[in-house]
Amino acid sequence: MSGRTEGGAVERQQERFWNESNAILTTNPLLDATGVVKTYGAVVALRNASLSVLPGEVHALMGANGAGKSTLVKILTGAIRADAGHILIRGEARDVRSPADARRAGLLPVYQEPSLIPDLDVASNLCLTDTPVEAFRAWVRELGIPDLDIRDIARDIPLAVLRVLDLARALAVEPDVLLLDEMTAALPANLAERVLEVVRRQGDSGRSVIFISHRFVEISALCDRATVLRDGETVGVVDIEPGVEERIVEMMLGARIEKTQRTAHQASQAASPRDSRPRLGVANLRVGTKLNDVSFDLANGEVAGVVALEGQGQDELFAALAGSIRPSGGTIEVDGQPVKFAHPADAIRAGIAYVPGDRTEALTMQRSVRENIALPFSAALRNWGPISMAQERSRVVSAIERLQIDTRAQREVQRLSGGNQQKVTIARWIAAEAQTILCFDPTRGIDVGTKQEIYKLLRELADQGKSVLFYTSELEEVQRVCDRVIVIFGGRVVDVFPVELADEPALMRAAYGLPRGVKVDVGILADIHSSPVAKP
Amino acid sequence: MSTTAIQPVPFGRRLKRFMADRPLIPLIILLVILVVVLQILRPGIVNERWLANTIKFAIPLAILAGCQTMTMLTGGIDLSVGTVATMSAFIMATQVVNHDPAVAILIALVPAVLIGLVNGIGVGVFRVHPLIMTLGTSLIGTGCLQVYQRTVIASGAKIPPFLAWLGTGLTYGVPNALLLFVPIAVLIVLTLNRTGFGRLLYAVGDNEGAARLSGVRYWQVITALYVISSVLAGITGLLYIGLIKAPSLSLAEPLVLPSVAAAVIGGTSIFGGRGGYTGTIIGALILTVLTTLLTILQMPEGARRILFGLIVLFVTAAYLRIIEDR
Ligand SMILES: Nc1ncnc2c1ncn2[C@@H]1O[C@H](COP(=O)(O)OP(=O)(O)OP(=O)(O)O)[C@@H](O)[C@H]1O
Ligand SMILES: [Mg+2]
Repeated sequence: MSGRTEGGAVERQQERFWNESNAILTTNPLLDATGVVKTYGAVVALRNASLSVLPGEVHALMGANGAGKSTLVKILTGAIRADAGHILIRGEARDVRSPADARRAGLLPVYQEPSLIPDLDVASNLCLTDTPVEAFRAWVRELGIPDLDIRDIARDIPLAVLRVLDLARALAVEPDVLLLDEMTAALPANLAERVLEVVRRQGDSGRSVIFISHRFVEISALCDRATVLRDGETVGVVDIEPGVEERIVEMMLGARIEKTQRTAHQASQAASPRDSRPRLGVANLRVGTKLNDVSFDLANGEVAGVVALEGQGQDELFAALAGSIRPSGGTIEVDGQPVKFAHPADAIRAGIAYVPGDRTEALTMQRSVRENIALPFSAALRNWGPISMAQERSRVVSAIERLQIDTRAQREVQRLSGGNQQKVTIARWIAAEAQTILCFDPTRGIDVGTKQEIYKLLRELADQGKSVLFYTSELEEVQRVCDRVIVIFGGRVVDVFPVELADEPALMRAAYGLPRGVKVDVGILADIHSSPVAKP
Repeated sequence: MSTTAIQPVPFGRRLKRFMADRPLIPLIILLVILVVVLQILRPGIVNERWLANTIKFAIPLAILAGCQTMTMLTGGIDLSVGTVATMSAFIMATQVVNHDPAVAILIALVPAVLIGLVNGIGVGVFRVHPLIMTLGTSLIGTGCLQVYQRTVIASGAKIPPFLAWLGTGLTYGVPNALLLFVPIAVLIVLTLNRTGFGRLLYAVGDNEGAARLSGVRYWQVITALYVISSVLAGITGLLYIGLIKAPSLSLAEPLVLPSVAAAVIGGTSIFGGRGGYTGTIIGALILTVLTTLLTILQMPEGARRILFGLIVLFVTAAYLRIIEDR
């Protein structure tokens, strides 16, 4: 998000707050859930959750990873059944038994994971849910994707676009209550902004939205009130006003708060000794039509950020560096040696690990947390023999602790909350002690507390001499972790910023591929940009 | 905040949850029920001799079901196990006329390795669907065996005494076949749970793409898997001929579909990624007891098969409902 929006949003938000606070006192809630309980054996997903949403309200649902947000959304929309609790819709008690029931009652969800059936094309998916195609198309265009072909098979569509399609599908049936579970988490800034606008308009037109996000900027720009969950229990409902973030974090994290107070990073500190040979040297890399000509170096001990709008070739760049797809031209060097990766195993042997943006690509969902983290240990032929269980356990456990993974439901990764699944994908490579980590949006869906921990972790890795390539769709992360930022547009590197200059407006401008001439308003920054080496 | 009393979770759901966490328990219960029914229908039938017999017949089925379990974990299936078992049994029985038994056994296992290799390369490298691939090699194998039969028709066949001893013999009332089966079973269970290879079978079957990103080379895993499966099938053939004592060109064929059924009943998913061998062993026992049960009912063969099929369907559906938890 650009700074412009942020500032404007605060005003707008205040204004709405004053306009509506009277209304809030008098109107009846559109949706009112109380005492919702859901347990899975010994795991208590929801202990005592309540949520009350007024007409025309954008209501944030907040909580740490595993607090029970997604579970509550699934219960409200009939995807799973609660053990106990009352749900009133427009004042009437309703037993929502299935998503179809919920839909009839005007409740439409966008769940945390993409919900189009991967093997069908978009049109058939729409048929399945009886969605009006024209309205859907209009919304897709409105949400910033002009060229969707509804004959495309869902499997081939990038994650960010899939999320937008899910949203458009929900919007197309004009729901009274829209439930968005981390809708913006996988979206690059330009798409995220469109979503926020649409959500605001929903609110303004008297419909309600339940909005789940771990990004405070979005919450304060968008929401009227917030319900905070902790360990499956509603611990508070607050009006969103300037400065309320602190309180929310406090409520969210409870006892965990101290851990997060440590702020993570001053980029300058990380100015580590660079030897002459870069860890990773990429020259004129091309992949099909998406990645046209990318060259950059990644030094030992460096965290380099990659910033790009949706579909500018960043997916292909990461996949090619990870050995997952073959480049059609250019060279990759590791420690000065040219390499050709025919399989991810080759990249891994060269010490390069890849955390893909879509966690479902990285996880074996029916297997345990432990097996998922330990998977790379057994991959090579020479490691097919007996596993030393004690050694494996200690490596896995320290990675789990490091990332604060909630292991109550560890028997199957699919039972973990979205954020905890995400942590498993990172923990795997921490445990494997990879020399170079390619992280594609690694903090997607991770709560504020753990995010700090991950920033810190990445910095520590860099301090140990490891190198990290870090794509993020959340621009504010850049300044927290990176030493340098590479901006990609149209499959080319259009700019390289030292982190000091990489504020959000500057990044946004570069990400839109605006030519250097436009940068006059950034003054002296312009000529620093042209020098290739980042650190002062 | 609401003050709704938190109701206790109903007993039914708690029970279901309990079962879901321990999928072996409902299987064992079913096995016990079948044995009790058998005892009621024919009092006195369940004795030491019956037990030994049941185990003897369950073992070949259980080993073949082990092949299915391992291949099914990767989302595959091995329909060639019947042909491979038959081949190795038949070849061994005819070769042993002219060769030392050890040599005959080695010769007999060669086609098993070859078929496994072809299966593995077909599935792992050329990405032929396992069903088609193993069905194909199974047909080819049967054809080859028929050709081979012509060439040895004059020399006859015999069964080495120690295989008969292993297949049918008892020591203090305990079937000797356990001498072969227990190590194999332990090996399979340990491989699945405690080795890198076992982990990879699950990983590849659950999400091949994720395994790939972790550096797993699919073709290696799959080739090794189908070779192992085939060798196990070959060994089963040798054991089975010791039990049946009559070499024929369709010796082990009737075991193929039951071996798939045993693995499925035992809780291994045909879609890959979940299951294990202990369940399969109990599945094989259940099927064997069920066969006895239907035999003593003295129904016509056709009706018996229909009933067998229906019961397998019903049990599998019920079992999946029990262990699946929503
Ligand atoms: N099928 C299941 N079996 C066991 N536990 C489960 C299951 N589904 C969810 N849980 C548990 O319920 C808790 C709440 O999960 P939920 O997905 O609602 O969290 P969340 O608030 O959405 O977190 P996140 O921000 O990470 O998405 C977690 O501890 C999770 O492990
Ligand atoms: Mg969630």
